[in-house]
Amino acid sequence: MKTFLILGAGTGGTMVANKMAAALDPQEWRIIIVDRDEKHYYQPGFLFIPFGIYSPNEVVKPKRNFLPPQVEVIFSDIELIEPEKNRVRLGKAKKTINYDYLVISTGSHIHPEETPGLDDEASWLKNIFPFYTLEGATELSNFLKYWKGGRMVLNIAEMPIKCPVAPLEFLFLADWFFQERGIRDKVEIVFATPLPGAFTKPRASSVLGGMLDDKGVALEADFNIMEVDTTKQVIRSYDEKEIAYDLLVTIPTNMGAEVIGNSGMGDELNFVPTNKHTLQTDKWENVWIIGDAGNVPASKAGSVAHFMLDVVIENILRHMEGLDPLPKFDGHANCYIESGFEKGVLIDFNYDVEPLPGKYPLPGFGPFSLLQESHTNHWGKMMFRWMYWNILLKGGEMPFESQMSMAGKWA
Amino acid sequence: MALDNIAFNDEGYMTDPNVWNKEIAVELAKKEGIELTDAHWKVIEFCRESAKDSGKAPTLRQITKGVGITTKELFGLFPKGPAKKVAKIAGLGKPEGCV
Repeated sequence: MKTFLILGAGTGGTMVANKMAAALDPQEWRIIIVDRDEKHYYQPGFLFIPFGIYSPNEVVKPKRNFLPPQVEVIFSDIELIEPEKNRVRLGKAKKTINYDYLVISTGSHIHPEETPGLDDEASWLKNIFPFYTLEGATELSNFLKYWKGGRMVLNIAEMPIKCPVAPLEFLFLADWFFQERGIRDKVEIVFATPLPGAFTKPRASSVLGGMLDDKGVALEADFNIMEVDTTKQVIRSYDEKEIAYDLLVTIPTNMGAEVIGNSGMGDELNFVPTNKHTLQTDKWENVWIIGDAGNVPASKAGSVAHFMLDVVIENILRHMEGLDPLPKFDGHANCYIESGFEKGVLIDFNYDVEPLPGKYPLPGFGPFSLLQESHTNHWGKMMFRWMYWNILLKGGEMPFESQMSMAGKWA
Repeated sequence: MALDNIAFNDEGYMTDPNVWNKEIAVELAKKEGIELTDAHWKVIEFCRESAKDSGKAPTLRQITKGVGITTKELFGLFPKGPAKKVAKIAGLGKPEGCV
């Protein structure tokens, strides 16, 4: 019996388990998936919680529900990965698993302790909140419900971060939310980012930057946070610029799983060096990556994990047959950007082509508009939660191609 | 002029790192308002070496770790966005951290 081991049962790992259960002969292979948490979080939903659009129970379901019955599920932390010995040591489960193939899908997580002062006990979850965790988003929701207004600063600590459009969506929704609450005139919104503009890609950056302007959000570009001074209530950059806050919403440094670092498999941020086109790790030919766990320069997002899926599965199956992997992953990302007032913007891009205007997924028809606000885009995003739970996680067919297409776009 | 006949992309990064030389670096640094000192050269040389191995410009964390300086010192040498600024002056592409 051979072992196919998957570490992490989030979006990427769950999809791989479903695809592999269908592809591998159960007489020959056992499939094991390990995760420390029994709950599956619909992470794109965290964004809506601070504004009371979703409640916490709408974004959590048991992981087991999304995994096929023939897959062995172990709920345990992972103590150490030993890729030279093809084995993984588990902590809580107190066992060692020897594997033939390993897929790492341990994701990325926030690390407020990387920025001095950010996780200060007297301020954390009092007037400093992240929204990239369910706890942070929920606490922020309680805070915003009764907030009387003041200066809200949204800060990105450093790149790369998971879902690079989420901070913009947060700002757009905040503008909407404060208007609904009738206190928009009492709230000053500031966006402090290490990027030179609103977004990482030039054309989308100018469109989205214009939207920030329209919504009265002040942009502080090239702001690289050094520390939070919770006594003075300012964030301070490496070049000694200070921005005062009453409420600080933070996207802290994102890093890969600690076990990656402890196992000596990661870079400075615990991301595993990976071939950006084949998704095979650089050092170990039977170790593969899906989602945020690798260092591939694509957006860290569920849509990207989904577009990686077919490529990584095909390449692993090819490798099992003794064939070379195909360099088919193109960095394709596809993001609905919620812009408030039941509208949204959609962007579609890859390693080489930045987001362009047009129609998607059907050229000329849509129904979604690229790089432009529309109500349909918003409904697409809302519908996506259903598709995520019912189709995407189970590895079903989605109406989007893995590789990006230029059809229907205006260059 | 050192910068004559050098190709740059839309964002101002040299398209071919192989044609880079020290005179070019001095001119590119001037455009960024930076007078290069030994401390700057140490960082630039690290970035060139790092890119030779990996094929891409190092990220901020790779630079501070590799050169052995603090992030604060690095910002002192190359204000605002050091990783991007050094990459530009060292004739490399844009660091891939910013996706």
